[in-house]
Amino acid sequence: MKKRSPLTRLVIDKIIKSLSIIAAIAGILILLIIIKDIFFKGINAIGFDFFTNNMRPPGVAGGGVKNAIYGTLMITLVSTLIGVPVGMMAGVYLSEYGRNTRFGKIIRFSLNIMMGIPSIIIGIFFFSIMIIPLGHGSGYVGAFALSVIMIPIITKTTEEMLKLTPDSLRESALALGIPKWKMIISILFRSSKSGLLTGILLAVARVSGETAPLIFTARYSQYWPDDLNRETANLTMTIYNYAGQPFDSMVETAWGAALLVMGAVLLLTIISRFIVSHGN
Amino acid sequence: MGTKVKIMNIDSGNSKSLQEDEIKMEKTDDLDKLKIRLPDKDSSEDLDHQQENKDVKIKVEDLDFYYDDFQALYKNNLEIYSRKVSAIIGPSGCGKSTHLRVYNRIYELYRNQAAKGKVFLDGKNILDKSMDLMDLRRRVGMIFQKPTPFPMSVFDNVAYGLKLHYSLNRSQLEAKVEESLKLSALWDEVKDDLDKSANSLSGGQQQRLCIARAIALEPEVLLMDEPTSAIDPVATAKIEELIEQLKGQYTIVIVTHNMQQAARVSDYTAFFFKGYIVEFGKTDKMFTNPQKKKTEEYITGRFG
Repeated sequence: MKKRSPLTRLVIDKIIKSLSIIAAIAGILILLIIIKDIFFKGINAIGFDFFTNNMRPPGVAGGGVKNAIYGTLMITLVSTLIGVPVGMMAGVYLSEYGRNTRFGKIIRFSLNIMMGIPSIIIGIFFFSIMIIPLGHGSGYVGAFALSVIMIPIITKTTEEMLKLTPDSLRESALALGIPKWKMIISILFRSSKSGLLTGILLAVARVSGETAPLIFTARYSQYWPDDLNRETANLTMTIYNYAGQPFDSMVETAWGAALLVMGAVLLLTIISRFIVSHGN
Repeated sequence: MGTKVKIMNIDSGNSKSLQEDEIKMEKTDDLDKLKIRLPDKDSSEDLDHQQENKDVKIKVEDLDFYYDDFQALYKNNLEIYSRKVSAIIGPSGCGKSTHLRVYNRIYELYRNQAAKGKVFLDGKNILDKSMDLMDLRRRVGMIFQKPTPFPMSVFDNVAYGLKLHYSLNRSQLEAKVEESLKLSALWDEVKDDLDKSANSLSGGQQQRLCIARAIALEPEVLLMDEPTSAIDPVATAKIEELIEQLKGQYTIVIVTHNMQQAARVSDYTAFFFKGYIVEFGKTDKMFTNPQKKKTEEYITGRFG
């Protein structure tokens, strides 16, 4: 029998290896270019005024995004206050009560679909059911829309994290006569706390950068958000609005806001990575 | 086909011998009441034992157990005597642990598991829906195969269940934790690091911590599901010593793979095979003169 030359095999091996390395580098490179670009274009806008002043009318020099920072923080806070408890409780249901049940399967499937819904559709949905009857924009409705994006993410991570805890831990807690709800909160949550916290941080990072759900809900304002139940200034909508303006100072402010949002998301992601590696 | 017939034989033999046991028990009860001492048909040295054994802590009647459609236990009948160590032995997958896990209804954590029959604890059927599970599990503690410290300090591991079941002030709590750790022979090793995470203890220490945690609640029965199979021989020896010390106060049921262990620590032994209780009796008798062929084959190492 004539032996096949190993040459083709080796060449193909080399080609596949090189292609995958190039693809991997491309991923990192694109990220680095984005970070570099936003950093150098945005850094000029960021100064003392940027954090301490509200927005100014178009054409008026100076001004910052203090109101938008506050608005984004408040909207994210409200959405977290709704999304975290609901998401975690749903995760507890899936892992501890509804495991292997038909209802649990239906919920899990629905959550997967929910995660795939484009965020603008969630925005339009809240616009039609709440903003139209209300007659004006509202930061709260924006927060509701964001919490809807948050819930399936937190539910999934909570379920995954709780499922990682061994049944022997559940059994030994229950065997001491500890009621199930208490076992879940004081034993399971405690033993998976770093994973749960990571999930929450990543979900917060995810929604704090969302724009589409806010276009129709929180909308946009250049004033201090006294009342979250009105149009509420926020960073992502500031980027969206300012980037298209003819005034250089406004475009620069948009870059500054972009840098701020990106930095915050990056920071949250890094913190969550840190918790994962140094957890417990 | 052949094995099936064998099982049937074992079953019928088993139920017969257990009935005999029961009748014998009732007899001795009556005799005690009448204060007449008649020589037992067994040797006279057994008589003392049987008199102190007359209180049955747990009585299992016709217990069947299912994992979904798979039946794991068939018509188990067993009596666990108060303040004695009863060992459950048998080859892997024979239903030893399954049987034990009915005594505190811990199997209910899993939706696909179900028990049918009656298990009386001091005359009350624990499989009744009306049974208070929290109270049952306070009275019937359990030690598992792998040590499972809670993700908290050594002190809190013991204090956690205590605080839940009893209202104690700080000094009472501390005293009780110390007492439990002393009883489980762990105190000297951990007294200086009670605030340390329980996960930092060694496997053997963790298992003794789990025992301390269980006995702190002052249970009446202690179930041990292969408590030494995951730890080293030195730690095993310590735990066996501990069982010896505890048996004056607690009714202990221990599932073990290790026949030497069963012979060392137990007063009574039940031999399980394929979900049936083949033989139950005094440990020394069982290991020297087993009544059933299957038991003899198992304890002499011909299978299992």
